[in-house]
Amino acid sequence: MSDDLVRLAYLVAASLFVLGLKGLSHPRTAVRGNRLSALGMFIAIVVTLIDQQIIRFEFIVAGIVLGGAIGAIWALKVPMTAMPQFVGLCNGFGGGASVLVAGAAYVEASLASAGAVTLQFGIATMASGLIGGVTFWGSLVAFGKLQGLVSEKAVRFTGDHVLKGLFLLAGLAAGVLSILQPENTQYFWIMVGIASVLGILLVVPIGGADMPVVIALLNSYSGMAAAATGFVLSNNVLIISGSLVGASGFILTSIMCKAMNRSLANVMFAGVGGDSGEGETEPADDLYEGKVKSTTAEEVAMVLDSARRVVIVPGYGMAVAQAQHAVRDLANLLEADGIEVEFAIHPVAGRMPGHMNVLLAEADVPYDRLKEMDEANTGFEQTDVTIVIGANDVVNPLARDAADTPLTGMPILNVDKSRTVVVIKRSLSPGFAGIPNPLFAADNCLMLFADGKDAVQQLTAAVNEV
Amino acid sequence: MGETIAILTIFVLAVFVGFEVITKVPPILHTPLMSGSNAISGITIIGAILSAGAQYSTLTTVLGFAAVVFATINVVGGYLVTNRMLDMFKGKE
Repeated sequence: MSDDLVRLAYLVAASLFVLGLKGLSHPRTAVRGNRLSALGMFIAIVVTLIDQQIIRFEFIVAGIVLGGAIGAIWALKVPMTAMPQFVGLCNGFGGGASVLVAGAAYVEASLASAGAVTLQFGIATMASGLIGGVTFWGSLVAFGKLQGLVSEKAVRFTGDHVLKGLFLLAGLAAGVLSILQPENTQYFWIMVGIASVLGILLVVPIGGADMPVVIALLNSYSGMAAAATGFVLSNNVLIISGSLVGASGFILTSIMCKAMNRSLANVMFAGVGGDSGEGETEPADDLYEGKVKSTTAEEVAMVLDSARRVVIVPGYGMAVAQAQHAVRDLANLLEADGIEVEFAIHPVAGRMPGHMNVLLAEADVPYDRLKEMDEANTGFEQTDVTIVIGANDVVNPLARDAADTPLTGMPILNVDKSRTVVVIKRSLSPGFAGIPNPLFAADNCLMLFADGKDAVQQLTAAVNEV
Repeated sequence: MGETIAILTIFVLAVFVGFEVITKVPPILHTPLMSGSNAISGITIIGAILSAGAQYSTLTTVLGFAAVVFATINVVGGYLVTNRMLDMFKGKE
């Protein structure tokens, strides 16, 4: 097949990727969009396989079979609660593949002739190696944190920022050397090594609840690495796809930061969620003393019996307790009693963008019941009972009312405006921000101290009996 | 230089298209957006296939093979998991 036909096929593939992403603008068209995108990928792969440069197929076939088997088994088995880890690790593989492709092209060019390493080629190879190296190792650390293999806490040490700065400079220096002396390919690999350490150093100091930002950012990096590899190979479809993914990750990153009222720099470098916040229990005792009302499932069932509108606010705790199916049962039961039930979802609830929506969709909650923060906030004043399950900081009124707290200015779900708030939680322990939550001591708040899943199941049983 | 500017043009325009298309994705689909876009970034597989099959040197073949494995995991895993997730999003019956 001629080069022109291959390029035309790549153009078709790139168009299908854009149409596929466009399909994601509504749940109704999303499945079809994803299939269009997959079709584009299939076309791109097939026309590449008939390229004349290819002499032997055994390594290609072996790689596709091996990678395909791993990918398929993993994708079909992974539970929805583990989706953040899955996406995190996938980002890493994308970044890793980009580094390897750029590396192979670099080795090939340096073997051919010194003149083969043009400025575009050199800069693009350097960008791909640096970004891809950071993405691969950063994603492995993010995976480790989400999977519980390494500490979710923000791990800081003295001088860590300086160290990161030095590694960045060293990486850039090795990159420049790799462009100036293409006959010495070791500079490229030294640069990738430095980028790898930098990736680890960048993610280790970031706490668990900030993972949505990190995953989105690494998503963006994996796209940028692919785009850089496109510049290495002068290949348009790589550049287009890489920029789409880069833009997507970037938008998600900024949405997440905005939803926490923090800058990207603060998320990346401030080390929020470390050990420092644990000495602050005393003011919390003052705040809670004598004001917290503990309740029982039966009592809550009684309150629910007279309710007309109920809003459920899920948080990461619901995912940890695997309570999404139990929550669905409760919601269905309440609806059968003629109560209007909605779910209010904060953008940073969970460990990745959209995490709560996926879990509730898995439990067959119709998507039109899932309300975004702004829409949900218009409804709390008309809500009889709001049930908060496994969420804390995103419903903390201090974010709205107080100056000078770590949460101040963060947009929250105004659950305290509803007539009664029921908070299902194991204890009064603070959330990720490390500060007490005055909601728990509010007059209209009832605390149901229990494991999320048990509590919801008891509640469902109690509602059945009323 | 001419070619560099041509592909730079494509890059910049693609970034604009990306921003336009992706700002329209609603928050409830943000997880499938991430896994789906992840699958798209597996497009590096075409570079990987060329490296693995061109038999330029042993090193480039090995690098190419490893890249094919990584990229295929990304492509196959990404699309399948996205499909699995999107199938779960249902409206009111």
